[in-house]
Amino acid sequence: MSMEEKQNSQTSLDFNQNIFKPSSREEIVEIVKHCYNKNIPLEINGLKSKNKIGRNFQSEKTLDLSDYKGIIDYKPEELYIKVKAATPLKEIMEELNKNNQQLAFEPNDFGYLFSGESNSGTIGGVVSCNFAGSRRFKVGSVRDHILGFQGINGKGETIKSGGTVVKNVTGYDLSKLISGSFGTLTILTELSIKVLPKPETSKTLIIKNPHLKKALDFLGKALSSSTDPSGGVFYPDYFGKDFVLNDLTHDGGLTAIRIEGPTNSVDQRANRLSKELGLLDQELSILDNEQSNIFWSRTKNLEVFKSLKSNLLRIVLPVSETLQVIQKLKSYDIKYFVDWGGSLIWAVFETLNAKILSDIKDIVKKHQGYITLIKIEDDLKASADIFTIDPIKYKISEKIKRSFDPKRIFNPGKMYTGI
Amino acid sequence: MSNLQMPKVDNVIMSKKDKIATDLRGIINSKNVLSNPDELRPFETDGLTAYRQMPLLVVMPETVEEVSQILKYCNENKVKVVPRGAGTGLSGGSMPLEDCVLMAMGKFNKIIEIDYENRCVVTQPCVTNLAITHAVQDKGFYYAPDPSSQIACSIGGNVAENSGGVHSLKYGATTNNLLGIQVVLMDGTVTKFGGKTMDAEGYDFLGLMTGSEGLLGVITEVTVKILKSPEVVKAALVGFPSIEDAGNCVAEIIAEGCIPAGMEIMDKALTKATNDYSKAGYPTDAEAMMIVEFDGTEHEVEAYIQKTKEIAEKNNSSSLKISKSNEERLKFWAGRKAAFPACGVLAPDYMCMDGSIPRGKLAEVLNEISRLSKKYNLPVANAFHAGDGNLHPLIMFDANDKESLRKCEEFGADILKYCVKVGGALTGEHGVGIEKRELMCEAFNDKDIQQQLTIKVALDPNSLLNPGKVYPILRKCAEEGRVHVHGGKTKFPDIPRF
Repeated sequence: MSMEEKQNSQTSLDFNQNIFKPSSREEIVEIVKHCYNKNIPLEINGLKSKNKIGRNFQSEKTLDLSDYKGIIDYKPEELYIKVKAATPLKEIMEELNKNNQQLAFEPNDFGYLFSGESNSGTIGGVVSCNFAGSRRFKVGSVRDHILGFQGINGKGETIKSGGTVVKNVTGYDLSKLISGSFGTLTILTELSIKVLPKPETSKTLIIKNPHLKKALDFLGKALSSSTDPSGGVFYPDYFGKDFVLNDLTHDGGLTAIRIEGPTNSVDQRANRLSKELGLLDQELSILDNEQSNIFWSRTKNLEVFKSLKSNLLRIVLPVSETLQVIQKLKSYDIKYFVDWGGSLIWAVFETLNAKILSDIKDIVKKHQGYITLIKIEDDLKASADIFTIDPIKYKISEKIKRSFDPKRIFNPGKMYTGI
Repeated sequence: MSNLQMPKVDNVIMSKKDKIATDLRGIINSKNVLSNPDELRPFETDGLTAYRQMPLLVVMPETVEEVSQILKYCNENKVKVVPRGAGTGLSGGSMPLEDCVLMAMGKFNKIIEIDYENRCVVTQPCVTNLAITHAVQDKGFYYAPDPSSQIACSIGGNVAENSGGVHSLKYGATTNNLLGIQVVLMDGTVTKFGGKTMDAEGYDFLGLMTGSEGLLGVITEVTVKILKSPEVVKAALVGFPSIEDAGNCVAEIIAEGCIPAGMEIMDKALTKATNDYSKAGYPTDAEAMMIVEFDGTEHEVEAYIQKTKEIAEKNNSSSLKISKSNEERLKFWAGRKAAFPACGVLAPDYMCMDGSIPRGKLAEVLNEISRLSKKYNLPVANAFHAGDGNLHPLIMFDANDKESLRKCEEFGADILKYCVKVGGALTGEHGVGIEKRELMCEAFNDKDIQQQLTIKVALDPNSLLNPGKVYPILRKCAEEGRVHVHGGKTKFPDIPRF
């Protein structure tokens, strides 16, 4: 009996099935070892809220991790939570909420976009995609909140990095590397995540304004002021009118700036900011805590793109380039909104083909930014580069991929051909 | 110090010293290649002065192209390279090897661009941490991470070590304040990770490089984000009758949702020593003393200070002073920042440890340190970045007494092992370097370490870039040295530490 057969005989796992649904780390290890030995590529899934992001790729088997869930250890006073990687984000949020805490990076909920209803996915998926919400410029991205992880590499070895304490410089910071790696380096099994207290109050200044240039000016001033905002978006007319809230006294294009913290400080800072921006009463609405939270939750959930058929692109730029890039993109039929105080553009293209895509990529690259194709039509998706990479970084990425997953069995090709 | 094993010296390289020097003089300006012992001497150690080793040669490149060509040459000729910034590191990360070319980056000392619109600064790596703040403070901005040696340490070194500081509790360490770097890999490849955008796409090489202690590449350019300076900064100085009370107070402040800009604790021994040294007005009768600082708008700071006051009183505080002016606030800090020289007065030598622990374990760990202090019969003073669980015990000993030194080393290793045991880490901000290398197996098993080494080999197949650092050579848990200071003399005695 070969080593491998011996191994297989010890388990109750049926290796002939097409979908593996393990519920213990030991089972995941056995599956990976089996696939490593047999060169079987795996598609790795949690709750499939974001699995349409990334390239299409061939995989013989699917690893459905959705049963590998649960909170392992939550220490509110130590500001961390340790969970199994496929724990639904919703479950984590509910648990944190009991202690008035939160994940400060407010991850996007892609459910509205892909399935028309909320599906915030698993924490493992959130980390693997590293898409942070509106607080990005203030609190960092998803990766900045990962204290440590345990995962299975492509040989079936259990590895870990980091821990549960905030300050830790012991060895390479692999928590950063696995964030945004779209499941191509390890199968995450455990994650330790930094949690933070919820701000006592949130207030949002909504400035009536349909013009991008003016909006970027407001946002730039706000983000460079000592009033310390934690969110800054611009919705043009066509999206602004979707926001119907009691305290919102106007419709149409709007610039929204969020101020959070202790109540009296929020009041003081909100007043100061409206003065610094020279705002008149008639152009300003102020959302109180509850409505402010609704507004930012809708932004985080990309609700303006609910059930969108196609062609959503995520464009990240130095804020100084945003105006020029959007002006250039307007020669195509687009609808967009701006987040991260001006650094992030979510743009829908009415028509998109390989030529247009290539032109847009050139524009964005010229302005030192990058594009990720979030939702595009299948025929275009088959040929397009979802992510963009230069030859040097491709070479390095290939080496890093092999150092974790030498036989390329984890989501092979999901990010780039050959990786 | 204990015997420190370094990678095997390559005698072929040693014998070719003159040829290598000549070749390198063909790549860069010949006066930037140093080869005689007098010239090499200043580079024999970094901030971990207990270890000294002269390099084979020192090169001081002036351009990225030169860095690339030198690395390419060394890679092709199997010459080891040790990169060095300001040389203030406390874990021996830039200590030379006998057969290495030490790459001193000191000539990369210019700020390239200040970009207020994108709120970032692009700089060469050997600009000091503090110089970045100085360059932007007239417009009301600053660079947040503030390692205590910020007056001298280089931003490139900060990236290599992922340096923290007092304010990392609220603003994060270097990794959280970095937007991009330009790096030269050992084969001479020049590339950029990140830039002026947030979250560059693809694998997070920026995150991987940060804190990699010069093992993966040489940093030639750094882009950091800058923040608007807070309007008001206030500090409170609080005395406690016991370490437990201070520890509970810290935990409760954090749990209440206040995130101070900095929160420090010193034990009685250090409070007294620093107060004697700097006349900071500390409550010397208290068993533990806390400095807690808040920044933000006036109302915000007032609200947090008020809350802190309530929590401190609830936890039996014996004294409480709130800074009335910026001068008074800086005076609160003066003693804390003079902890190193203050300890120099107390004992001929001391070693500074750097462990990280869960906040709630503070009292337990300090009790253990106190037990160990009795066991080894060596006095200890403790400073603690309490807000983020980063502990700096200072063990006092006499380096001229071999037995005292051996005991000190054992004591230090026991503390770090205990930090790991209670769920903490071997190093919070000083890095592993050569100092804690052999303790890595306390924190990681062979598979974990092997995964990290595989990454190293992927980018540097011949293991030529800063070898012998971070990862155990012995592959067993030997107990090696810590920051060692003799007669109060550090390499740069005037630089504030930890």
